[in-house]
Amino acid sequence: MQGSFSVKRLWWIFFLMIWPVLAVIVSLLTPQLQWGFPLSGQSDSPLGGEIDHLFYLILIITGVVFVGTHIALGYVIWTASNRPGDRRAWYTHGNHKLEMTWTIIPGLILLFLAFYQMRTWAEFRMEEAYPDAAKQNIIAEVNARQFEWRIRYPAPGKGLQRKPQLDDMYGVNELHVPAGSPVTIHLRTLDVQHSFFLPTMRIKQDAVPGLVIPVWFEASEPGEYPLVCAELCGWGHYKMGAKVVAHPPEEFDEFMKTMHQAQFNDGFAAE
Amino acid sequence: MTSETPANSDHSTEDTHSHHAHGHHQSFITKYIFSTDHKVIGIQFLFTTILLMLVGGAFALAIRWQLAFPNTQMPFVNKAFFEASGGQITPEFYTMLFTMHGTVMVFLVIIPILAGAFGNFLIPLMIGAPDMAFPKLNMMSYWFMWPAVACFGLSLFYEGGPAAGWTSYPILAALYDAAPGSGFAQTLWLMGITFVGVSSMMGSVNYMTTIINMRSPGMTFFRMPLTIWAMFITAILQAFALPVLTAAGLMLIADREFGTCFFVPAGITVNDAEPTVGGGQPLLWQHLFWFYSHPAVYIMLLPAMGMISDMLSCMCRKPIFGYRPMIYSMSAIAGLGFIVWGHHMFISGMNPALGMTFMVATIMIALPSAIKVFNWIGTIWGGHIEFNTVTLNSIAFVSMFIVGGLSGIFMAAVPVDIYIHDTYFIVAHFHYILFGATLFGIFACIQFWYPKMFGRMMSEPLGKLHFVLTFIGMNGTFFPMHMLGIAGMPRRYANPYLHEYLEHLLPLNQFMTYSAILMGTAQILLLINVFGSLIWGKKAPRNPWNSNGLEWVAPSPPPHGNFEEIPLVYRGPYEYSSPERTDQDYWPQTERENVSSPSTTTV
Repeated sequence: MQGSFSVKRLWWIFFLMIWPVLAVIVSLLTPQLQWGFPLSGQSDSPLGGEIDHLFYLILIITGVVFVGTHIALGYVIWTASNRPGDRRAWYTHGNHKLEMTWTIIPGLILLFLAFYQMRTWAEFRMEEAYPDAAKQNIIAEVNARQFEWRIRYPAPGKGLQRKPQLDDMYGVNELHVPAGSPVTIHLRTLDVQHSFFLPTMRIKQDAVPGLVIPVWFEASEPGEYPLVCAELCGWGHYKMGAKVVAHPPEEFDEFMKTMHQAQFNDGFAAE
Repeated sequence: MTSETPANSDHSTEDTHSHHAHGHHQSFITKYIFSTDHKVIGIQFLFTTILLMLVGGAFALAIRWQLAFPNTQMPFVNKAFFEASGGQITPEFYTMLFTMHGTVMVFLVIIPILAGAFGNFLIPLMIGAPDMAFPKLNMMSYWFMWPAVACFGLSLFYEGGPAAGWTSYPILAALYDAAPGSGFAQTLWLMGITFVGVSSMMGSVNYMTTIINMRSPGMTFFRMPLTIWAMFITAILQAFALPVLTAAGLMLIADREFGTCFFVPAGITVNDAEPTVGGGQPLLWQHLFWFYSHPAVYIMLLPAMGMISDMLSCMCRKPIFGYRPMIYSMSAIAGLGFIVWGHHMFISGMNPALGMTFMVATIMIALPSAIKVFNWIGTIWGGHIEFNTVTLNSIAFVSMFIVGGLSGIFMAAVPVDIYIHDTYFIVAHFHYILFGATLFGIFACIQFWYPKMFGRMMSEPLGKLHFVLTFIGMNGTFFPMHMLGIAGMPRRYANPYLHEYLEHLLPLNQFMTYSAILMGTAQILLLINVFGSLIWGKKAPRNPWNSNGLEWVAPSPPPHGNFEEIPLVYRGPYEYSSPERTDQDYWPQTERENVSSPSTTTV
């Protein structure tokens, strides 16, 4: 058995306990080191803001538990390795009160966490909880295939139909949306599974063969946002990069009209 | 009956099992190859899985190389493996690498090393049985691993290899045209999974029967060590979950080879091939696959939890804190484990209402896990520990399990999962569980039960050095993955830096790769320690750790039939430092009176 201040004992306690300390330091430095949420670190959509809020809530709770359990672990290791050789370990088979405490309290915290998440989930995925604007603004069908995103817009002033229409407009790898209001896309895939992932808006939804899945999101500001694939879809999975272009709301209709003219300018209209 | 001295003296280097036994002599083949002795089978599983771990590790290092130095020449191996692509890892090769890394590590390393190696070796010894209930079935369970290894190995020689990820989601895995790796290699992969499943199933039936029927007199259910409880619960999990995977695997094989369409919807055009017919549903595969593979996560963890409990109690010279709460929480994990599979599918397109129920069940499964952590800390509390390799690895298990358990809550919360699903955050999470917790547990187990397996001690300095390097490498590799996930780096990208928002993560990835190389290199020490100690290890006494379990009553290594006489059990396995016992701080389960000589010794 060890002496109470042996170098060996101190080294092992140091070794086992330095890593949670480092983990906490690195985690706290993460935003400065640019390893946190992508690009600006702020969510580019209101729903993403809610998700970030829930993330930080869980991070704080789990962070406290992580630090607390490691302090407890460090303390019991410190004392258990410091017991004089002739003093026996504490003979106990457990403690009913403690068991109850550490069952009920974490249980309540976990239940709270579970129920606290539900509203955001409902908002994102349960159609009855969608924002009204998202129900009305169905702006495009996004059709994934190996390894690109095909986008079909209805003609200006018309609604998106399930079947392609003669005056539909098409684009590849660039989804144009108005900023500042929720819009819905219909997500489909032509071949294998893909996943529609907007990292800066915290949006993700798999595209499943045979299903049409509505996905709504809202770009807070005009700008360009990355769109990537998050479900393994073959060797070129990593290449499925595209972008969402959010236009200022007042310019969006004009942009769509210009696109329509460009796509339907067959050279005869001018005559 | 003989004493233990001759058992050790006729112990030669390749001899993993002493000769004197019950007097019936066997040929080399029946004794070491097609053996029906649970100890030999356990050791066969151990060596096989350790070697396959090197294969899986090599895949992992290649993955890490690509993520740190994308499309640059690999050192040492580029001539041998990547001649055609100019020494680079091509994207289709990369998909094969992570597919096979996952497959090998999950199906050929973690599951068989826990249930196959330690389950086999320990169950009869710890419950006082001479062998398993069905020794021949046991032998077949080991030998059914080899067709699986052959299938997986063969699949690597097809173009692209199996490349649909270890989860093999259809459509990618269902149609030959879907990807370079979706050819016959994928069918071979599915056959491999089926063989592994059959192997595990034979093991699980055997474990359940043995534990229920073959406990020695006095070994009541609530006197069983937690290892046995964990193995028992694991066996039940396997028995109920595996048929679903096997059925799903055969359905997917039928889809691929016989033109059925369980998983393939109509009108899908993949890679300019003919449009598909039929009305299948790809989500069905995900449900069936995760209905097995989520319980499988606990199959990969529960045995380690049980064994850690036994080792911590012995190393702290203290009864386990909360024996019954430990059993109840393991049962709760197993029970809840069957109703949480949907958390792998939150964003898969299944009915969103299911997301809510699966979330509640998943978040609540953190509760029994938390109870177990508190009880482990309680076990160390007031104990009397010495920092040997077993203690260190066990404490690392608890510490890493805390991280892995807590990071799981992020994925369980559906809205947060929308963002971090299929990013590196999940990769960090399950590596903290499977490497951080389970593998450190396994390192501790190897060190702890090695003397019983081979009659020799493993080297302490080597074990400690291996622990230090692995611990540093492991945290350096996997902790930053949380950051990558938060930064939005998706999994399974052959080159993430193609995307502007991920470019700045390259230096972090390089750091992780250096850590992974350190971690991989450190496993050489494990190999030296495991195989070298067969030759150079100090001779082990019967009970080197002064432990209470029945396995320590048998000679080291135990002869065929294990015990010299049937051990009688008088108490639970955790009577350490009992005040009723003044002469020693442990009280073996077989000792009735307060005497120093074990009642079963007939010397």
